[in-house]
Amino acid sequence: MSENANLRDDSFVVAGTTYHSRLLVGSGKYKDLDETRQATDASGAEIITVAIRRTNIGQHPGEPNLLDVVPPSQYTILPNTAGCYTAEDAVRTCRLARELLDGHKLVKLEVLGDEKTLYPDVTATLEAADTLVKEGFDVMVYTSDDPILARRLEDIGCCAVMPLAAPIGSGLGIQNKYNLRTIIENASVPILVDAGVGTASDAAIAMELGCDGVLMNTAIAGAQNPVLMASAMKKAIEAGREAFLAGRIPRKRYASASSPLDGTFF
Amino acid sequence: MRIQLNGENRNIPDHSNAQDLVELLKLTDKRLAMEVNREIVPRTTFAQHQLYEGDQIEIVHAIGGG
Repeated sequence: MSENANLRDDSFVVAGTTYHSRLLVGSGKYKDLDETRQATDASGAEIITVAIRRTNIGQHPGEPNLLDVVPPSQYTILPNTAGCYTAEDAVRTCRLARELLDGHKLVKLEVLGDEKTLYPDVTATLEAADTLVKEGFDVMVYTSDDPILARRLEDIGCCAVMPLAAPIGSGLGIQNKYNLRTIIENASVPILVDAGVGTASDAAIAMELGCDGVLMNTAIAGAQNPVLMASAMKKAIEAGREAFLAGRIPRKRYASASSPLDGTFF
Repeated sequence: MRIQLNGENRNIPDHSNAQDLVELLKLTDKRLAMEVNREIVPRTTFAQHQLYEGDQIEIVHAIGGG
């Protein structure tokens, strides 16, 4: 089987739906909706996160709406609970999102603990995840890179566990390769890196570790040229995935000649 | 009567229901979700959902986010 055939058949399943793109993107921080549309298109992503916020009362009628440029008919919309610092607020947000999206059950749960780090409040995350799963939501959960916690969230019934690689929006890249490896090895649900990616090589590293996918926003939207970075990320995710499937060589401290020594004439 | 809408006080006609409020705000047919006193009001029941003095109402939509 060629590499292309290998990748074309490659897919992962979240909450019963099969996805071929392993790049999930956020829709925040773009300069306008046109840039959002172009970058989202260039990323090839199938799952797009959105935030739930108060409607501007008295807004201009006919003002363009995010869901017009990333229509639910074309993408899987993943409403998030960004900005929630309590389990209760996160659950309320998910209920509103489900109503907004006509009964759509897939949500990205994040309960934050601290404004400076945006690290998850893991006890509140567990509490909210438990409530949401019991209410029938399909919960993709943002969490720290703790393998024990990842397993607890899976046991609760989350459909995907999404550990951070570095703080949200930091662009620091994959800071915790060994923890991520452990989380991936232990898991029977998809593990996606959510947060911390800065550039294409970071995305490739995450995929080389065996992650099922990577969710990012700032790394694309904050780039000098977001549309070009979206394209770069798409390729990096594919390259990293292929490298993972191909199986890398072991690391050695000393050299190993690539040209045969037999038949030398000197 | 006085309600609290998205965190701000607002006067609306007495005996309004959720559908009346949406029309008053010119949000008819917009993709939105409503919560009254922390309970979801499904869009299909707006016309039957009577509003009362002091109700706390949130109307939300989807915006860019990561």
